[in-house]
Amino acid sequence: MEHYHMNLTLKVWRQKNSKEQGKLETYQVKDISSEMSFLEMFDVLNEQLIVEGKEPIAFDHDCREGICGMCSMYINGQAHGPWQQNTTCQLHMRAFKDGDTITVEPWRSKAFPVLKDLVVNRSAFDRIIQAGGYISVNTGNAVDANAIPIDKKDADDAFMAAACIGCGACVATCKNGSAMLFVGAKVSQLALLPQGGPERESRVLNMVAQMDKEGFGNCTNTYACEAECPKGISVSNIARLNSEYLKAGLTTETK
Amino acid sequence: MALDAKIPHGEMDKKWTDYKGHVKLVNPANKRKLEVIVVGTGLAGASAAASLGELGYKVKAFCFQDSPRRAHSIAAQGGINAAKNYQNDGDSVFRLFYDTVKGGDYRAREANVHRLAEVSTAIIDQCVAQGVPFAREYGGLLSNRSFGGTQVQRTFYAAGQTGQQLLLGAYSALERQVALGNVKMYTRHEMLDVVKIDDKARGIIARDLVSGELESHFGHAVLLCSGGYGNVFYLSTNAMGSNVTAAWKAHKKGAFFGNPCFTQIHPTCIPVSGDHQSKLTLMSESLRNDGRIWVPLKKGDNRNPKDIPENERDYYLERRYPAFGNLVPRDVASRAAKERCDEGYGVGTTKMAVYLDYKDAIVRYGKIEAGKSGKDNFSHEEIVALGKKVVEEKYGNLFEMYEKITGENPYETPMRIYPAVHYTMGGLWVDYELQTTVKGLYALGEANFSDHGANRLGASALMQGLADGYFVIPYTLGNYLADEIHTTSISTDHPAFAETKKAVADRLNTLINIKGTQTVESFHKRLGKIIWDKCGMARNEQGLKQAIEEVRALKKEFWSDVRIPGEVNAFNLELDKAGRVADLIELGELMCLDALDRNESCGGHFREESQTEDGEAKRDDVNYAYVAAWENKGESSWELHKEALNFEIVKPTQRSYK
Repeated sequence: MEHYHMNLTLKVWRQKNSKEQGKLETYQVKDISSEMSFLEMFDVLNEQLIVEGKEPIAFDHDCREGICGMCSMYINGQAHGPWQQNTTCQLHMRAFKDGDTITVEPWRSKAFPVLKDLVVNRSAFDRIIQAGGYISVNTGNAVDANAIPIDKKDADDAFMAAACIGCGACVATCKNGSAMLFVGAKVSQLALLPQGGPERESRVLNMVAQMDKEGFGNCTNTYACEAECPKGISVSNIARLNSEYLKAGLTTETK
Repeated sequence: MALDAKIPHGEMDKKWTDYKGHVKLVNPANKRKLEVIVVGTGLAGASAAASLGELGYKVKAFCFQDSPRRAHSIAAQGGINAAKNYQNDGDSVFRLFYDTVKGGDYRAREANVHRLAEVSTAIIDQCVAQGVPFAREYGGLLSNRSFGGTQVQRTFYAAGQTGQQLLLGAYSALERQVALGNVKMYTRHEMLDVVKIDDKARGIIARDLVSGELESHFGHAVLLCSGGYGNVFYLSTNAMGSNVTAAWKAHKKGAFFGNPCFTQIHPTCIPVSGDHQSKLTLMSESLRNDGRIWVPLKKGDNRNPKDIPENERDYYLERRYPAFGNLVPRDVASRAAKERCDEGYGVGTTKMAVYLDYKDAIVRYGKIEAGKSGKDNFSHEEIVALGKKVVEEKYGNLFEMYEKITGENPYETPMRIYPAVHYTMGGLWVDYELQTTVKGLYALGEANFSDHGANRLGASALMQGLADGYFVIPYTLGNYLADEIHTTSISTDHPAFAETKKAVADRLNTLINIKGTQTVESFHKRLGKIIWDKCGMARNEQGLKQAIEEVRALKKEFWSDVRIPGEVNAFNLELDKAGRVADLIELGELMCLDALDRNESCGGHFREESQTEDGEAKRDDVNYAYVAAWENKGESSWELHKEALNFEIVKPTQRSYK
C-alpha cells in the first residue's frame, strides 16, 4: 500500500455531562499517517489537547480489533464511518485525504443518553437481554454436547445472528431509533436452535416489551441498520423476529 | 509464611472427585445470607458470578466497561480445548493433562492441570446448552480443529470468534441472574482496593467511573477475575483498558504474586507499522493449521513474495521441527521467528516480519472440492477459486481483519506476521481452591498463575477461565464460606472501610495534583519499551538489572511530572488510565526481578545464559522447579517464597517437538 500523510479539520461533539448542552468544536490535526487507525488519530488529538492544557475528548473504545462493540462514533453522518461492515476502531486513515473535514458525533438516540462528549449509555441493551436473551440452564444441567445434532445450516444461521457485537450502530443509524436488528439477532439465534425451544414464546414477547419500554422506535423497513451493521447482521432477522412475535402472540394467551 | 497449596492427597485422577466428595457445603438458607463480590466479567468472572448466583449466593459483579459483554475474553479467536475425543484420534483427559504440563515446560502444578482437563468436557456441554453456536459438520455434530503443541484435534470453535460466543453465553447466564435478582451488576465501576478486616478480605472500594465517586462494598468473599497484565508492554493484543490494578491492589494487601515473568509472546500477529501504534492485532493460531510460515533463503531478499520460487524459501518451522511443523507451541514459534529476523532474513519494510502463506492450502482445498464435484479437467484458476471459498468459510473473518488493517489481500499475497505480547501465565498465587494468600480473596482465570506453567497452549485460556468460574469456584468457595455463616454482613461504616476509602481518595488526589508536563500515555509507552527490550522474548542478567533501574527512575518521574487534566469527582478517562499505568510500572519492576531470579530458560521465559547448543530453552530442574511467589514488603521491596513443584506423573524432560 502507498502511504501518505495528511492534515485534517475535525468537528467533534463536546458535552460536559448528561445534563448540559453540547456543541461541535473544531480542531486541527497535522501529519496524520494513512496507516493509522481512526482512533489512533484521536489519540494524537487527545495528546495534543492535554499538552495544550485542555481536556481530552472522551470516547468509548477497548479491544480495538472490532469485536468488543465499545467504540461508537458517528463519522460524517455514518455510524462507524465510511467503510462497510466495519467498526470505528478498524477504520483506517487511508479512508481520508489531505485537507478533509471530518465531523464526529456520538450515537444519537433517546434510549442512549450522552454521558460525556462521544460516550453514551447503552445499558438499555443489557436490560433487553435480561428480559429473555438467554436459555435458562443452570451450570451443571447440560447433557452431552453431541446428544442433540443440529442441522448445519441452522447452526450457521444461528452463528451469523449471534455475531452481533451490541455496539448500537443499528439504533444510531435508524431514523426511528429502532433496536429491532439487535433484538431480532438474539431472538433469531435462540429460535434457530433446539435448545431455545422451551422459552421461545415468552422470550420474544418479553424482549420486545422491554425494547418498547426503553424508548426505542419502531421499524419502518428502511434497512439502514443492515447497511451500517459492522458485522453484517441481516434484516431477515427482523422478519424472523416479527414472525416469532406474531406466533407467540397467537399462542401464549391460552397458556 | 509457609505456602500451602492444599493439594488433596490420593492419586492424581481421583483428587478432584475426592475433594468434591468431602468438601464442606453451605445449605441453601445460609447461601442467601452470604455475599460474594466478583471483580471482572470476562469468561472467569461472568461464569463465576452466574454460577454462584444460581446457587443462591448474593453476588455483586463489577466491570469497568459499559457492559459485562465487552470484557476482553470477547476477542479470543481460535477455540477452546476439551478432552471429548469426538474425533476418535486418541484424546483423553490424561493426554490433555499431559500436553498442558509439557506445553507449560513443567512449571505448572500437576493437580490443578489434571482438574482442568477433567472439567474440560463439561464446559462444552454447558456452552452448547446455553446456545453457543459452535461450528458443526453436515451430520449436525460438533467440529474440531488442531492447535499448537498437540497431535490430536480437540479444539472446539465458532469461526474465528470463539471467545465472543463463549463470553456471550456466560454473559447471558449472568444477565439472567441479574434479572432474577441474584446478581447486582455494577458497570463502569473500577475496583481500587481490597478491604481487609481481621486478616480476611471483606470487601472492596470501587470508583463509579461516570460520577467519579468512591463506593464501599462488603462481601464475605472477594473474587478477582480481572484478567492478565500484558499491557505492561504497552503494545499487546490486550484491550486498551486491560490492566493489573485489581490484582496489584490485592498484592499490596498481602496476596503473593506468582511467576510474574512468565508472559506469552504470540507468534502470529500483524507487525508494528509505526510509532502511532496503540495496540497489536492477533492472527489466530488456528491459521497455523493450514498456513505455512517461511522467510526467503537469501538475506534481505526484497522480491515480491509471489516471485520467490519454492526452492528459495525457508519453511523454517517445518525444517527445524518436522514432527510438529507449523504447529509447535507458541514460545517455540515466536523465538524461531525472532531468530530468523535477527539474522537478517525478515521481510516487509521493517524487516521484522515473516510470511504466513495460504497458497498451498488454497490449492489443496481446491483439489478436494474439485474431486467432490465428480468432474475432472479443472483449470488451476478454477481450483484456486474453489479453494479460496473453503478458506473463506474457515478463516474469513480473520482474513478480512488482516485486509482492513494492512490494506493487503491475504488470499493473494502471504500475510506478514511477527510475535506480539498476548497472555500472561503469571498472576496472583493461588492454592488448589483458587484462594490467594489472603483469606477470603480468590483469583480466577488469567488473573491467577496456576495452570499454564511457563507457556500456555493455544485454546487453553478459554478452557481455564470457564473451568474456574463454572466448575471449580462453586465447590471451593463453599469450603470457605461454610465457616462464615455466622458472620453477619459488616456495615461499610466499619473503620476498615473508611480508612481504605480515604487511602484511595488520597492517592487519586495526589495523582491529579501533580500537574506536571508529560501525558500518561507517554509514560506508558516508555514503560512498554523498557519491558519489551529487556524483559521480552529474550532476557539476560545485565539487561534485567538495567531495566529495574530504568523502571524505578520512570516511576519517580511519573509521580513528579505526570499531567492529568479534569477533575477527580467526574468522568475522567485520563485519571482512570493514570492509576492503571502507575500500577503497571510497579508490576514491571517485579517482573524484571522475577526474570532475574530465574536463571534458567523455560517456556516463554528465555534467559540467553541458559540455552542448548541449537538455541532451544534449557531448563534447570535442580534449581528452579518452583513457583516463585513474591510477597510485597513495601516500596520496591519483595520477599521471594518458593512453592516446590513435585511431578508425580509427568516426568520433566527436555521438551522436544522435533
